[in-house]
Amino acid sequence: MMKNREYQQIDPQALATPTPTPPPRPLPDHKPKRARRKWEVFPGKNRFYCDGRIIVARQSGVLPLTLGLILLTSGLFFVFDCPFLVRHLTSCIPAIGGVLFVFVIISLFQTSFTDPGILPRATPEEAADIEKQIDNPTGSSSSYRPPPRTKEVIINQQVVKLKYCFTCKIFRPPRTSHCSLCDNCVERFDHHCPWVGNCVGKRNYRFFYTFIVSLSFLTAFIFGCVTTHLALRSQGGNGLVFALQASPARYPFIFDLVVCFFSVWSILGLSGFHTYLVAANLTTNEDIKGSWSGKSGNEDVGNPYSYNSMIKNCCSVLCGPMPPSLIDRRGFVPSDDSVQTSPVEIELPAAKNDINMCTHGTKGLLETASRSPLLTSSCPQAKPQAAPAVLEPLPEITPSPALEPPKIAGGRQSTNTSHKHHSHHRSKGKQASHHTHKTANSSPRPHHSHSSRRKDSKNRDPKFSSLR
Amino acid sequence: MVIRAEFAPWIHQFHNLQELRHSASLATKVFIQRDYSDGTICKFQTKFPAELDSRIERSLFEETVKTLNCYYAEAEKIGGQSYLEGCLACATAYIIFLCMETRYEKILKKISMYIQEQNEKIYAPRGLILTDPIERGMRVIEISIFEDSGSTSSSSSGSSPTSSTAQ
Repeated sequence: MMKNREYQQIDPQALATPTPTPPPRPLPDHKPKRARRKWEVFPGKNRFYCDGRIIVARQSGVLPLTLGLILLTSGLFFVFDCPFLVRHLTSCIPAIGGVLFVFVIISLFQTSFTDPGILPRATPEEAADIEKQIDNPTGSSSSYRPPPRTKEVIINQQVVKLKYCFTCKIFRPPRTSHCSLCDNCVERFDHHCPWVGNCVGKRNYRFFYTFIVSLSFLTAFIFGCVTTHLALRSQGGNGLVFALQASPARYPFIFDLVVCFFSVWSILGLSGFHTYLVAANLTTNEDIKGSWSGKSGNEDVGNPYSYNSMIKNCCSVLCGPMPPSLIDRRGFVPSDDSVQTSPVEIELPAAKNDINMCTHGTKGLLETASRSPLLTSSCPQAKPQAAPAVLEPLPEITPSPALEPPKIAGGRQSTNTSHKHHSHHRSKGKQASHHTHKTANSSPRPHHSHSSRRKDSKNRDPKFSSLR
Repeated sequence: MVIRAEFAPWIHQFHNLQELRHSASLATKVFIQRDYSDGTICKFQTKFPAELDSRIERSLFEETVKTLNCYYAEAEKIGGQSYLEGCLACATAYIIFLCMETRYEKILKKISMYIQEQNEKIYAPRGLILTDPIERGMRVIEISIFEDSGSTSSSSSGSSPTSSTAQ
């Protein structure tokens, strides 16, 4: 009897009473617990450290390798080459090297740990609204599933197609792409870089550029210094070989020389390529796909985002205003039962549960209840993802580079050959770049550890799908 | 973010909204989408949605959206100050981003104040509430439409029951 009465009254009365401590709630899993931060329920495949301050991709790729190589090479340089060169040349050398080294490390960390420009996923209402707009025009035939939804906009007298992202349930803004490795839409998506273990997008592209430019200077500098060191040593003695044999530091020499030799070419090339991209206001993604190069036969295409002035392009990309992070990692999740697909939620209803009860009848309630499983199914990684992030000690970056590389084939791979063959293959299609990439990749290199430092993960298979 | 902390207490204070809370229910939400005709800068469409036809004057709505667009344009403007900020940041290996608030963030604060003010003066009396676009990833301006009590028999027009301000 009591139960019956309660049940009947759920709709109008019991719902209208905002109970701060709700014992027999009809909705499941409502336990008053500590307010969670949004990063804990973030649906993408990212990991968070320092209570949401640091964000990395789930697979940190070969970031430890990158870091290790830089530290090792620089360390050997400072220990073995600097003392000699300070004595024989000038003491500016360790100073310059130090400055470059600091720049490299800082920009590497900033590239790796900054939100690249992740777009939060659509709230349920937004998604429903978009669905309504899409379904209406296509109208009648319910059996035929329409092709991937696109919307056309005109930007600068150029037709640009905006694609609908089924994961994030939004129409992607121009230049936004969904990274399959991180499972996020990223604004001005450039590529997913396994070397820094993160996507490179609108917010961290300048850090990435600083990183590769300063790294190319650093490697060139170290290479030059080591060569000078060896040259100076061999002047006094019987030649280079003798100098090497006699020196206690021959292995560091050889290591530094080899590492720097390969990295100078690759990283310098990569910097050159990205300098071109910056000057043309292009992204790696667009360059690889040939979005604006007119390869699809359309003569009229040009980059609609370019300011048609190299200086202005450079300034806008590198010195433009720093956009804010849209995902608000450290905000608090409103205490609510409904699963958050989007980490950015309207904060007005502090007692959202009560509103749920108050405002609508059974119908609304049923709608919510039915929607929750839908929401959970759309972000299956949310909960299991959050748990490991919370449990791991900070600030640990746990990759398994030996295992990871096969999966992490980002778009970097073709970039690496692109930068070499750029002037040649740019007019060719994706096929050509793919081909040249494969060719380059197959040529054996004695030092895989370092050659692979050229941002092309040593393994094959450019997965262009990751650039979708 | 500061925006949210400020927003909640304001709702409790504001008289009109209290009336809304007691009597109104969330009817539907209207989303003003982004206008990409000028590229990737943040700009919202000024097209007047049909659902607001009976609720607010077109000119007021357009004024609000245009002002917001101006704010965003100012935030994203590439000019002297942004160059200075960018070069300084580059010279310090971007460490200053950790220490100081960027111009964009300052303008975002101004925007949230503006939206709050608009809500208080114009929208809430008409049973509408604007949501700051930053809370929706700068994708949309979300306008929540409340129905007054009384005529609410057809209120739940397919909208989600979540996130209503009625408290």
